[in-house]
Amino acid sequence: MAEAGHLARTDRLRAAGLLAPAYLWLTVAVFLPLSAMAFFSIITDVPFGDTEWRVTAENYAAFLESPTYARLLWKSVLLGVKVTALCVLIGFPCAWVLAKMIRGRSREALFLLVILPFWSNSLVRIFSWAIVLRGNGVLDKAVNAVWPWNVEVNLLFSEWAIVIGLVHSYLPYVILTAYLALQAIDDSLIEAARSLGAKWWTILWRVVLPLSSSGLIAGAVLVFVPVVGSFMEPRILGGRMGTYYGTVIEDQFVAVFNWPLGAALSFILLAVVLAILAVSAPVLRKART
Amino acid sequence: MRARNRSRIAGTLGRAYLAMILLFLYAPILVMAAMSFNASEFYQLPFEFSTTWYERMAGNDAILRAAARSIWIAMVVTAIATALGTASAVALWRYDFWGKRVLQVLLFPPIAIPWLITGTAMLIFFFGVGIGRGTPAVIIGHVALALPYVIVVVTARLATFERVLEEAARSLGASPWLATQAVMLPWIAPGVIAGALFAFAVSFDQFVISYFLSEPGDSTLPVLIYTAIRKGFTPEINAISTIIIAFSMVVMLIAARFTSFGGER
Repeated sequence: MAEAGHLARTDRLRAAGLLAPAYLWLTVAVFLPLSAMAFFSIITDVPFGDTEWRVTAENYAAFLESPTYARLLWKSVLLGVKVTALCVLIGFPCAWVLAKMIRGRSREALFLLVILPFWSNSLVRIFSWAIVLRGNGVLDKAVNAVWPWNVEVNLLFSEWAIVIGLVHSYLPYVILTAYLALQAIDDSLIEAARSLGAKWWTILWRVVLPLSSSGLIAGAVLVFVPVVGSFMEPRILGGRMGTYYGTVIEDQFVAVFNWPLGAALSFILLAVVLAILAVSAPVLRKART
Repeated sequence: MRARNRSRIAGTLGRAYLAMILLFLYAPILVMAAMSFNASEFYQLPFEFSTTWYERMAGNDAILRAAARSIWIAMVVTAIATALGTASAVALWRYDFWGKRVLQVLLFPPIAIPWLITGTAMLIFFFGVGIGRGTPAVIIGHVALALPYVIVVVTARLATFERVLEEAARSLGASPWLATQAVMLPWIAPGVIAGALFAFAVSFDQFVISYFLSEPGDSTLPVLIYTAIRKGFTPEINAISTIIIAFSMVVMLIAARFTSFGGER
């Protein structure tokens, strides 16, 4: 890495040859499509075949004129906030136990066990919650076996079901990033604080949280962004309750076939996501190193 | 003495908490798997063991075809993404040039932007340029999602490679290509294998992109399951879901042997 920008010509060619296929692929599959979507969001009709189309701001105006879309976007953002908060509150102590209280080989195995579901099929995991939460299902039977009075537990097709399913989906993300951040904290710092008489909440607030905040924020962003754009989870676990911003976009593409409106709605969501990523970019960069 | 007692109590509480988290993560999956062996069509308890649903699944042509297509697509995606990703990782590691940081940052959009946005954008673009929906479109999309994972995993492995080794090979008269092939590639092989397994998992488990890019009646396994779920739950879906989740967990366990998942080692 000696002299930046002063590569020999053959090296430059080699670098270009190695990089070009992957980045061309990403251009065709991701960056050009995003640009195409920007274009689609400002036209009246799909420009295939003989359809008449012209440039318009109608699709964005639709978002502003009808309160429905803004309300649903807000609903999705709130869902993101709830799920992210729960993931952090539940995941951080778990990461702490893994990073600081368990030693040796069992830690590696337990860590893998926590991360493993994250790499398995998310659709199937959401479906598994539908089986557990449905009325007269396993949870219903289990609660009634313990609880002396007869209660009907049917969480399926409620917001609770959606929140539980999403927390289940993304919890490993927060545990992973928090674990990495906590592992980097030198134990002797905590020991020093303790020997100076600090109570556990002082240590948490003044030592542990400041040192692990970048990892926690990275985890929170990685949960929040996909949750705001979720549509499969609300559909399966929310039933009729499950109309969110994501499901409306899905509808424009698979049911209503109003692609320009769908593109505009997608693009507004992308703007929200990019704003969040931009605000958290310095922290994310720090967390990566 | 009191401090020691206190830390023992804390340790027990910590372990109990971890056990609860694991219960939360695995219980629904185990329940779903158990229900695939339950005779009742309406998930009625008490449990009665039966393999009916697996037998019925084995006779379901649509499921079998979707499974075959999913595996075939995942293999093609793995081959392409691993080759292109490894090449990029090597170039990003070996050369320093203007714009390198930009290229590294460009790896994030496919991961960080919600798949709903990427998927619908791909649908629009592929229709516009005439690729349309179907298996080629799905493969193009999956490779783009898998590439960043391969590049990140292989780069992590490259960071442990001693450049001196390659220089030693060069000074002993090896050509650049031979030095790469005989010294560097064997070293990064575990990273490449892990990257390939990640790519396979990304493709095999991918639902959102496939959903928007699949042609009706020509879908991958997750898309087929989604369509079936929306018509109503049947234990047959439990059976195929159980197989899928067991399969992808095994793939990731093998991948874990080759990489540390960011943990120490």
